[in-house]
Formats: sequence, structure tokens, C-alpha cells
Amino acid sequence: MIAIINNNMGNIKSVSRALDLLGAENIITSDVNEIKQASKLILPGVGNFAEASRRLRQSGLMDLIKSEALDNKKPLLGICLGMQLLFDKSYEDGENEGLGLIPGMVKSLSDRPHKLAVPHMGWNDLKVKESRLLKGIPTGECFYFVHSFEAKCDSKYISATTEYGEDVVAAVEHDNIYGVQFHPEKSQASGIQLIKTFVTIC
Amino acid sequence: MLRHRIIPVVLIDGFSVLKTIQFDVRRNLGSPVTVARTYNTRNVDELILLDIDASKQNRSIDKFTIMDIASELFMPLTVGGGIKTVEDIQTALKMGADKVSLNSEALKNPSLISEGSRVFGRQCIVVSIDIKKDGNEYKIYSHDLKKIINIDPFEWAVKAQQMGAGELLINSVDNDGVMGGPDLELLEKFRHLVTIPIIAQGGIARPQDCVDMIHAGASAIAAASIFHFTGFTPDDCKQEIHKSGLPARLSLIQKLK
Repeated sequence: MIAIINNNMGNIKSVSRALDLLGAENIITSDVNEIKQASKLILPGVGNFAEASRRLRQSGLMDLIKSEALDNKKPLLGICLGMQLLFDKSYEDGENEGLGLIPGMVKSLSDRPHKLAVPHMGWNDLKVKESRLLKGIPTGECFYFVHSFEAKCDSKYISATTEYGEDVVAAVEHDNIYGVQFHPEKSQASGIQLIKTFVTIC
Repeated sequence: MLRHRIIPVVLIDGFSVLKTIQFDVRRNLGSPVTVARTYNTRNVDELILLDIDASKQNRSIDKFTIMDIASELFMPLTVGGGIKTVEDIQTALKMGADKVSLNSEALKNPSLISEGSRVFGRQCIVVSIDIKKDGNEYKIYSHDLKKIINIDPFEWAVKAQQMGAGELLINSVDNDGVMGGPDLELLEKFRHLVTIPIIAQGGIARPQDCVDMIHAGASAIAAASIFHFTGFTPDDCKQEIHKSGLPARLSLIQKLK
């Protein structure tokens, strides 16, 4: 059973439908026991980091996700805002703490010198490095991105980048913790393939 | 490199698909789920679903219709029609939408843009602006009131961006459903005005129009009639963009060609 963690923000049904399509049992939940019983966790999300961080802290899910990922070594996939929440902190609307599962921080794309439109929104191609999650996905494959903030972390955690003015972190990996800045559940066949890898291999 | 998106627009009058001409004359085109299913198999980049009667009838786009359509798609879905409150936005997202398009309700209550953006992030908030020529001037056209209203569309676009819009959907009312070519002059006016992506709509008759609209400043192209009523497909538009040297997301078949 895969638990899709419900933080009451954004669209999470499509993640569930992608798992349904693959025949992977899943549940959208914020229930402590259901999350504890799940074999894998997905932290999806579109939205504001400050709000998501506040809701996770208030509901107690912040500590639960941390302990499931660190102590119980459950594979955890963060999608979009969910990936950003894996890091120590973000500067979206002030400074707010994340899960701290991967060392790094989240900063605004507008801080960059280039004058490209923010949010970075639409289909962009990946430069894939060594990765378990991106197995079988070649460099050049397009995925759907929609974000105004980006992760900054040591290159050893980065499994793929995409070019938007400069290289932007597109996917990260650290032991059993995975994150993708793009939306696999919105990236048609290539995205479904990635989710299948998470379900079957990771 | 970011691809230029081709986004089919599905207009509904509550429950069935229709297409307007200059926001007026209507043609009925059947079930939105069937139309969505077709687009899903056609490798389109994104889909926009708008209920054009919702606001006028003082209701929100039907949540089950959103759910039915979203369940057919593994691509981004923007929905609009009568979305008035942060709760309406949350409902649309819960039903499977990725973004909401705010139009008349945002004009009446601009804080909906900032509130929605604060809670869900600005990438969720598309502000749609219907623009019509009044003599030599561009004005905002109200679909509800069926008349031009005295708001400067360019000032409104800047304000919408300031308040937290993530994208602007610019509709040329004069060109809607006519397939007579886009209003490039209108798009040019937005080029240096805002930094958020412009989705341009209205008048597309052939794939080359998409290329011209991108050169005029559009990030993405939204269209309905060309896909409903001509043989051109979204892939044809993307192929034309690619041929002109601009980035587009090609299908596997196109890449092999």
C-alpha cells in the first residue's frame, strides 16, 4: 500500500489515478496509522511552502514523515512542493523549515540574474545523471514543470537537472528519499514510467 | 529548454461542449469527456476547460464535470467558470484541476487573485482577460454583461501580476471563433509589460499563426476552433513551431520522422 500524504493542498487525485493505472494499491490519507502501515510514501503538492510547512507541523505529519523515512527507511517520493519540503528550509514567504531529509534550501527563481518568466511553467527536458528513480528515462525527455522556487543543494544529491536560463534542480535522490521538481503525474507516458519505477524498484 | 505549449480549450455551457464566434453565436459539440479523451491521445501539452455560463448564472463550474475530465487526463488541466472564493479554488483543485482561470470574478474582487495565490501558489492562478477593440483602443469585454467595460486591459494585466497571477490568458474577442488569424499587435503590447507567461488565444487559422504569436511574445497558444473544425491537430502546430527553430515538445512519432 502506498500512502499519498494529504496536506489538503493542491491536486493530489492525479497521483492516485496514476497509481491506479499501474495497479498499485494506494490511499490518500493524513491518518497516522495509515501512513505508518504504508510501504511507501508520496508527498505531492502544488502550493505555497510556508502554508504547507505550517500545515504539516500543525497536523504532526512533519515528525511522522521524518521518522518513517529516516528510522523505518520507507521509500519517500516528494513531488514538486513535496520535493522542496524534503530540504532544510525555504525562503518562500519568509524562512520556513522543511523536513530536513536532504541538506539544502529552496530559493526563488526570481533571484537569478536572467530575466526569464517566473513561474517556470511548462514542458522542459531533463539532463539525467546516475539515478534509480529515472531508470530508463533518457536525457532529453520532457516533463511538466510548474514552480517559482528551486532547490539548492550539493550536486551529489542531484539526479537530474533542467535548463531554464541556468541549470535548475529537476530531481534529487538520497538513499530511500527521492524528489522530483516536475509533475510525473502530469507528464503523460514518461511520467507514468517514472511512477512505475518508484512503485516497482525504489 | 522550455517548450512552447499548445493548449486546446474546451468550452462548456454547463455540461456540453460548444464553440462560440466572437463570444456570441454557439455551436454544440457534444460531451466534454469524449473531447478530453481525444485530446489525451493526441499528445497535447495541456488542456483548458471553461464553463462560459457559470459566472453569468451565478454558479461555479460543475465539480463532477471537472472530475470526469480530470480522470481522463495525465496532463495539466486548467478550469474556469464562476470561481468566486478560495473554497471554490480548493474544490476545483480537489476534483483534479491543476490551475484555475479567474476572469469576471477577479475583476469584481481582485483580492481573489492574491488570496488564491497565497494559499495555493501563484502557479495555480491563471488570470484570463477578454479583450475587444473599441475604435483604436483595446478594452476589456465582459462576457457576463455582453459589453465592453471601461478598464484598461494593460493596467489590469500589470495589477493581476502584482496581485499574484501566475499566467495570463489573453483572449482576443474580435478574433474568437473566426479563424481569421491572431491579433499580433495586441500580443506585442504585452511583451514588455509582464514577466509571467502569456497564453494567447483567438483567431488561429493555421499552424504558422502559432509561430507568429510566439514571435509576438506568447509563451503558449490556446486554441479551440482550429482543432474542432479543421484537419490541423495540436501536433501539426508543434511541428510548425519546431520547424521554425523554436522549442516544442514533439511526439515520439514526430521525433522519429
